[in-house]
Amino acid sequence: MPGDSIIYQLDPRGKFLLTFYFVGIVFLANNVVSYAFLLAFVLFAVYLSKINFGFFIKGLKPVFWLILFTVALQLLFTPSSHPLWHWGIFTFSKEGLVIAGYIFIRFVLIIFISTLLTLTTTPIEISDSIESILKPLKKINFPVTQVALMLSIALRFVPLLVDETTKIMDAQRARGVDFGEGGLIKRIKSFVPILIPLFVSSFSIAYDLAIAMESRGYKDGEGRSKYRVLSWDKRDNIMLFFMALVTVILLFLRSY
Amino acid sequence: MEIIFEHVTHAYDPNSPTVNLGLDDVSFKIQDKKFTAIVGQTGSGKSTLVRHINALLKPTSGTITVGDRVITPETNNKNLKPLRKQVGMVFQFPESQLFEETVEKDIMFGPMNFGASEEDARAAAHKMIKMVGLDESHLSQSPFDLSGGQMRRVAIAGVLASDPETIILDEPTAGLDPVGRQEIMDLFKNLQEQGKTIILITHNMDDVANYADEMAVIHRGKLIAEGLPQEVFNNQELLQDDLLTLPKSAAFAKELSRKGFHFDRLPITINELGTEIKEQLNGD
Repeated sequence: MPGDSIIYQLDPRGKFLLTFYFVGIVFLANNVVSYAFLLAFVLFAVYLSKINFGFFIKGLKPVFWLILFTVALQLLFTPSSHPLWHWGIFTFSKEGLVIAGYIFIRFVLIIFISTLLTLTTTPIEISDSIESILKPLKKINFPVTQVALMLSIALRFVPLLVDETTKIMDAQRARGVDFGEGGLIKRIKSFVPILIPLFVSSFSIAYDLAIAMESRGYKDGEGRSKYRVLSWDKRDNIMLFFMALVTVILLFLRSY
Repeated sequence: MEIIFEHVTHAYDPNSPTVNLGLDDVSFKIQDKKFTAIVGQTGSGKSTLVRHINALLKPTSGTITVGDRVITPETNNKNLKPLRKQVGMVFQFPESQLFEETVEKDIMFGPMNFGASEEDARAAAHKMIKMVGLDESHLSQSPFDLSGGQMRRVAIAGVLASDPETIILDEPTAGLDPVGRQEIMDLFKNLQEQGKTIILITHNMDDVANYADEMAVIHRGKLIAEGLPQEVFNNQELLQDDLLTLPKSAAFAKELSRKGFHFDRLPITINELGTEIKEQLNGD
């Protein structure tokens, strides 16, 4: 995902931490103005990334039902002194509508900002950032480098396993398995011929990888030099400052 | 079953801006009951080509005719079982497809999917295990307790058990020892003599020379040569451009011709080479 916009070039550690920070301050917003401000901020960040807006909308898809469910709960169950409509346990009121709207915006904000992180940061950068951020934990003997290595190996295995799955699925299809045919039980059963070979081959790949690493002198990751060096520069400071400014404005808007 | 490719193009990721053609306008015919070898460099599109024959992949344009079945870009995934029963496919490193508790059950898996009764499938398993050169006592073992070579044979038996008319082999002997390799290749030649159509993807030119009736050369998704192995291995252009390497016998004959021997046509098997050398030595 080579990109040349400023968001791509920011230090991944900063992006990673600030994404979490932003998710936190989203909960500070409490009125229309503050939500509008945060939305404007996120849209501005999206604009800076120069990424097609469609990708962000796509990010909403997997959690669509969760959003719908939560919004529906707020709409129907928010207690109110003068409901617009009332039936049994359901209450529909102006307050409920407003809260449901807030919840919806909150979801959109959080998903957009985390999509922005994953679209502009490679998985390996994220695992490097985690390593760098966790470094202080070394003092209490937490195996930071090993954990980071595990993370990057896990990420490395994803495309490998996807390939392996495709291959095994093809092989079983050629032997007459029809995926996605028949009832639920039959469908679940048709995955056994994929899962077992997949387990077997991922164990053997992992074993081979361990041998290959040891034969190239890997011991425990202590003192390993890095190929990708993370560098924190002026732009990252500007980003920090910008985020601090957003927080201050947000706090001000809260009592507006 | 005759297999006809007509202007078959396969694009990976047809919507991406950089069009990546796995196959580029391939047209050719694989003859019924013949042994056809498909050669080409790694990544040239050989595997992509053969995956179209049992509709694991569908063409982006063009058609593939397999017997009376026509595969087009519009072919959907329904009702492909009859086709896949007719076209068996041994993948690269097929041992990774084993999953059942016992060897017997694993071999029976294919036939049962294609609607064979349990008895018939069991009978097929007993027949096939012997055919691939293993003892029947292995049937009750777990496939994961076997050696790599034995697992390969069980996997091949699992494909053959469905009694396909056409058998596609994607480098079936890669990583096997020389004896095992020859046994497996002889098995396939035998099956052809019993009336099966064999399609073999290989990097081993000696296997092509020794076993194939026809061969096709694929390069960057295009079919660049096809015909009898004797003809194709004498195609100077292909050899000069390093698009094809010679079988050992032909390479040896080429060296000999520098030392005064003369071959109208390079012999491609040991027998042909021996006969030629004998004739020329006697002639002097």
